[in-house]
Amino acid sequence: MNPVVIPRAHYLNVNYGIKAWLFTTDHKRIALLYLASITLLFFVGGAAAVVMRLELLTPQGDLVQSETYNKLFTMHGVIMVWFFLIPSIPAVLGNFLVPLMIGARDLAFPRLNLLSWYIFALGALFTLTAVVTGGVDTGWTFYTPYSSTYANTHVILTVLGVFITGFSSILTGLNFIVTIHTMRVPGLTWSRLPLFIWAHYATSLIMVLGTPVLAIAIVLVALERVFRIGIFDPALGGDPVLFQHLFWFYSHPAVYIMILPAMGVISELIPCFARKRIFGYNFVAFSSVAIAVLGFFVWGHHMFVSSQSVYASMVFSFMSMLVAIPSAIKVFNWTATLYKGSIAYDTPMLYAFGFIGLFTIGGLTGLFLAALAVDVHVHDTYFVIAHFHYIMVGGAVMGYLGGLHFWWPKITGRMYPEGWGKLAALIIFIGFNLTFFPQFLLGYLGMPRRYHFYPAEFQVLHVMSSAGASILGVGYMIPLVYFIWSLRYGAVAGPNPWGAKGLEWQTSSPPPTDNFAQTPEVKEEAYAYGPQEVHVV
Amino acid sequence: MLSDLPLFPEQASTGAARVDALFMFLLAVSVFFAMLIFSLVLYFAVKYRRRSEAEQPRPILGDVRLELLWTVIPLGLTMIMFVWGANLYFTMASPPADAMEIAVVGKQWMWKFQHPEGQREINELHIPVGRPVKLTMASEDVIHSFFVPAFRVKMDVVPGQYTATWFEATRPGTFHLFCAQYCGTAHAGMGGRVVVLTPTAYETWLSGGATGESPVAAGARLFQQLGCATCHRADGPGSGPSLVGLFGQTVRLHSGETVRADEAYIRESVMYPTAKIVAGYQPIMPTFQGLISEEGLLQLIAYIRSLGGGKTGTPS
Repeated sequence: MNPVVIPRAHYLNVNYGIKAWLFTTDHKRIALLYLASITLLFFVGGAAAVVMRLELLTPQGDLVQSETYNKLFTMHGVIMVWFFLIPSIPAVLGNFLVPLMIGARDLAFPRLNLLSWYIFALGALFTLTAVVTGGVDTGWTFYTPYSSTYANTHVILTVLGVFITGFSSILTGLNFIVTIHTMRVPGLTWSRLPLFIWAHYATSLIMVLGTPVLAIAIVLVALERVFRIGIFDPALGGDPVLFQHLFWFYSHPAVYIMILPAMGVISELIPCFARKRIFGYNFVAFSSVAIAVLGFFVWGHHMFVSSQSVYASMVFSFMSMLVAIPSAIKVFNWTATLYKGSIAYDTPMLYAFGFIGLFTIGGLTGLFLAALAVDVHVHDTYFVIAHFHYIMVGGAVMGYLGGLHFWWPKITGRMYPEGWGKLAALIIFIGFNLTFFPQFLLGYLGMPRRYHFYPAEFQVLHVMSSAGASILGVGYMIPLVYFIWSLRYGAVAGPNPWGAKGLEWQTSSPPPTDNFAQTPEVKEEAYAYGPQEVHVV
Repeated sequence: MLSDLPLFPEQASTGAARVDALFMFLLAVSVFFAMLIFSLVLYFAVKYRRRSEAEQPRPILGDVRLELLWTVIPLGLTMIMFVWGANLYFTMASPPADAMEIAVVGKQWMWKFQHPEGQREINELHIPVGRPVKLTMASEDVIHSFFVPAFRVKMDVVPGQYTATWFEATRPGTFHLFCAQYCGTAHAGMGGRVVVLTPTAYETWLSGGATGESPVAAGARLFQQLGCATCHRADGPGSGPSLVGLFGQTVRLHSGETVRADEAYIRESVMYPTAKIVAGYQPIMPTFQGLISEEGLLQLIAYIRSLGGGKTGTPS
């Protein structure tokens, strides 16, 4: 087979027309439906951030009014969390790759997979309607009794959107779990699974177990708001702190829904571009499961100053310290994988390097928030904003972009332009750090989050952050342009442009609708790069 | 120029230096590990860069001793952080017994304070240097959060209950007061300043301006106005238990349980009188929800506390 020719028949050209896409059950096409939807939503959520950063250039609230500012940060948070980050890697790359990586022809429930996308789109429609018809100003956290009693904005419409989209997440998780259990090809044992699959398995557990609790919490907010049933509002006999317990029981593990798949991506990129077997496979694999499990017992670290019992706080602080360990184990193993490797600097690897750097900072600053007395000071300040952006943007989005570049040739059959790719990765890395590093300083100085205006002494750091955001914005636009450009003009990739291991590279690019001409068989361990005799240090 | 770019917050309370010490420890550990990872990644990336397409490095499976090493060392360090942080946190949650008490009410979008001597302030809090100050805080609407960065103190103010925090200022000056919990449209404007005065300046400040009633006197007036005194008679048996000497004592309930008579208990008994019935009494007290403001309730509690019994409750 000539490697530089696009195959005659593949999943993209098997048929055409809007119906062929809207009624497809092909996991690869559904992945692209997700890709289009979340890319749109990413730029909507990003636009809100741009206006916020412009407003914060000056200490006075002079660009928009307070109400508008509050709606902007709410919209930014709601869209980025539920309509971009949570679906990003699982619903796009996971959807595309989980069957391919285990040698299956589709997910276990292809129609359920399509339904997940429709549910997601419906949820997004509700939330976007809320935004267009006047917005919502509760913050993405919907804290009661503000959300249930006091806010005069479109709370119901927004939470309904989040509620609906949760089911999409649950169904995707369910689909992945069943697929990974039942549809692996012969020879693909659990200990040979790509770490991307392990990460998605752990993520799916959280999606299935955590999301219902969020659904319950926001239904209760809606019930209190509409029917005045006293659940959270003390004026009705409720307890406002109860909401925070329910909300964070999901929303802290949700951070792991965002970061675990990105860790999975990094675990694919590093072995490929270092041409090395991953160091400590078992430790990397089980640390994903450990994060998923421990992640369910740390939610109270969002509530150290909420009036929660001091003893509960102590337990949550302890558990939060523990959950840092499996993340540290992953970082050490990735670093060790580089040792004596053969390291290439292609764009996906630059994102992997970026991920390690930013995630390390994000993870270490998480310890400051887990340490009780320090959290009291930095809670609800820009320190927290900086920390979770280092995890969710520096970690999850870098992983997503790294993965998108890595598998773009598989998805489209064409290469993105490498020079532009490297440039964009560099711009994003610089822009990101300039945007968010000053926010750590702002936070320790005491600058509270969700402030439309602020004391003048914080201005210099805010200006640095806004300058960084403009660089970051440009950085994100470049891949958008060259990815679209490459669909027509990109070099033909061939089945395996990276010389990568893994079943997805054994089929043509783009793959045929049923993925493999013949069911592959697995005879080697994951990441069997290099000569096959094994060297133990 | 550098004066426009502050890098570290002022320290103005006894707690601030303690929190900063832990912060510095965290920072040192973080910088060490971040530098370790960055320099290793950078070093490997350069040293083992691909020199020819034909390179096929030999696989290395892993090493259990290394895995143990980089599990146990971080675990040990995080345990130090945990114990150190928890220790300080418990100190923060336990106001000294001799602390001066100030009542705080948060509402959209202002802070209201009342001093023991009766002075009221809005969005500005005057306190003396070198004396522990305990805040008992209530909210009239949504959740707010009392935050003074220079004191490293933050505590949510939650409707339907009392929360407390305390600090001891170490030097005179004016410091930011912020609301840290998003509370609606003018959240960013719900702030003000804490003015720390020398003891003599504080005395002068107290004696200046309209003093008004002390919380105890106002509470006593409310106690009569609302008709509490009809049943809760000072001289013994009425339809309700006498409140003399009650505060801080353990109360036996109808259900057989016991409860400590602290701020939270008195608040609950006024707002939801049937929630905890004292042994030997009938559930006949009406609710005072809507009849008394958060400030009034705090004054009532100050009065009941003045009737003796002892110590201040510490909501936790």
